[in-house]
Amino acid sequence: MVPVKRENKWRTNRFAHIVDKLFPNMTLVFALVIVAILVGLIIVLNTDAIPAFSKFGFSFISSTSWDPVKENFGALPAIFGTLLSSFIGLVIAVPISLGAAIFLVEIAPTWLRGPASLIIEMLAAIPSVIIGLWGLFVLVPFVRSPIESWLGDKLGFFPFFQGPPFGVGFLAAGMILAIMVIPIITAVSRDAIRAVPDQQREAMLAVGATRWEMIRRAVLPYCRSGLVGGVILGLGRALGETMAVTMVIGNSYQLKASLFSPGATIASKIASEFSEASGGAFTGSLIELALILFAVTLLVNVVARVLLWRMTSVKGSSE
Amino acid sequence: MMSETTYLRRKWFNRLMLGLSSTAAGLAILILGLILGYTLARGIGALNLDFLTQAAKPVGEVGGGMRNEIFGTLILIGLGSIIAIPVGLMSGMFLAEFASPKVASAVRFAADILAGVPSIVVGVFAYAIVVQPLHSYSALSAGVALAIIMIPVIARTAEESLKLVPNSMREAALALGISRWRAVVGVIVPGAMTGIVTGIMLGVARIAGETAPLLFTALGSQFGVQGLLNPIGALPLQIYNYALSPYPDWQQQAWAGAFLLIMLVLGISILVRWISSRRNNRPVIRNVKRSNKNDNDIRFG
Repeated sequence: MVPVKRENKWRTNRFAHIVDKLFPNMTLVFALVIVAILVGLIIVLNTDAIPAFSKFGFSFISSTSWDPVKENFGALPAIFGTLLSSFIGLVIAVPISLGAAIFLVEIAPTWLRGPASLIIEMLAAIPSVIIGLWGLFVLVPFVRSPIESWLGDKLGFFPFFQGPPFGVGFLAAGMILAIMVIPIITAVSRDAIRAVPDQQREAMLAVGATRWEMIRRAVLPYCRSGLVGGVILGLGRALGETMAVTMVIGNSYQLKASLFSPGATIASKIASEFSEASGGAFTGSLIELALILFAVTLLVNVVARVLLWRMTSVKGSSE
Repeated sequence: MMSETTYLRRKWFNRLMLGLSSTAAGLAILILGLILGYTLARGIGALNLDFLTQAAKPVGEVGGGMRNEIFGTLILIGLGSIIAIPVGLMSGMFLAEFASPKVASAVRFAADILAGVPSIVVGVFAYAIVVQPLHSYSALSAGVALAIIMIPVIARTAEESLKLVPNSMREAALALGISRWRAVVGVIVPGAMTGIVTGIMLGVARIAGETAPLLFTALGSQFGVQGLLNPIGALPLQIYNYALSPYPDWQQQAWAGAFLLIMLVLGISILVRWISSRRNNRPVIRNVKRSNKNDNDIRFG
């Protein structure tokens, strides 16, 4: 398969011997680049956040102000907005994704499984900015009315359904996030459900269970950690999602409990202000926001990996 | 014995829940259809020759296009790939062929974590390590940011596809007396080429539409492409700016840009699927029969 040229026997051997020693180390160096990027990321974010951290300390996290003129910054509204929009996104996305995953494995006729999976995964490939564009021109007007005006009418006595229906705001951001995490959660849950051995299903059906009872009692509990892992992976994506959210959340830095209210997330705050930031505490504060976002998504992703890893490693036992 | 009513209740509850699950799947597919359909319909109406061949015009002047931004996006994809392909491919080789299990799992973990870092944070990082020292927004910094996003994708897919090359091929190559690195570079990598190319294409699809890391690295430029150390325009960046602009003409162009971008990204994704499904249906690569001995070969089962 490899053309071996006739060369001086000794030279070739010595050369091959040296390269043979060097080549694995060369690949190691490139692999270490990956580790170096990650370590560099952590170091750079920490050192560049120092101007903000030394000025505000831990009150950065609890302060609600964002005043570039007086150089007074706080992260609370952005953290709140990130958590709220991701929470709304998951509340909408989890039932849909689980249902879709169950459909893909347990219900759909065989010929439909492949194409339906493919279509849902295609949704994950659409660039964030395009989903944002669609969100801005199609979803936001739809959210303004009928959704928000209807919710305000019928459920206005709850504080989180109060306020004028702008369209842009937490609700729209949550719905956009739901659209963006459905493919991930669906794909991971589908794989988890598919990994459940058929004996589980057959045993349950043999004692007279309906198809749903089988899914509910024999399939879903069996792959619980895989399902949770999928949801957490989706959460990680939702927390860091930037463009689409920035385009529909309204970018207003305030702390309001209403879903209709415009807001900001950590990512949208960085996206909309970083290139205008004038250095010092302003840039430092934005980088500290990035650091917070990095730390949270890191934690979330590690938890998800551990859960999914457990799923594949206990496949044989009956947990 | 089960009473008749319990039986009926269970039967109907079963139908209800199965129906709800099917509805959920239908809903997910419907959403994709809505987004795709709307973007394609609006985009194709806005697409014309001027859009592809003209530079952007200043506010107030009608017409103009995204020629510079399309060109810029291609340059950025190229830059990202030039940096990411060697790093990703070599790391993949390291993970699949040379690493001890402990080191491999550490590197793999780092790659997975890196893949999960939000792209906006990667943008901040590229700003700090390239834009700040050079005192200028630049195409180079955007290329670095995109490469960081692309590397884990390429590394992991390269590793997976190298592992799919059966051990018999490794043994056969070594039995011929050639050195180990020649075996890897000359026999195993070519054997895994389809998978490696697939990974690179996945990486390209991933970075082609990335916008967040470009906001404060590439920045965008009204003057076209001016070398690697100056700001550069990019298609997704321009879509974002035009979408948020108050001018209907620009919004129209944003849709045309979205159409192009979606065709590019989905085109690559579909191509990747097609290639890998062909590969999976064909158990023989270069007349070497695949062995089914480890779980990496599951896809060929």
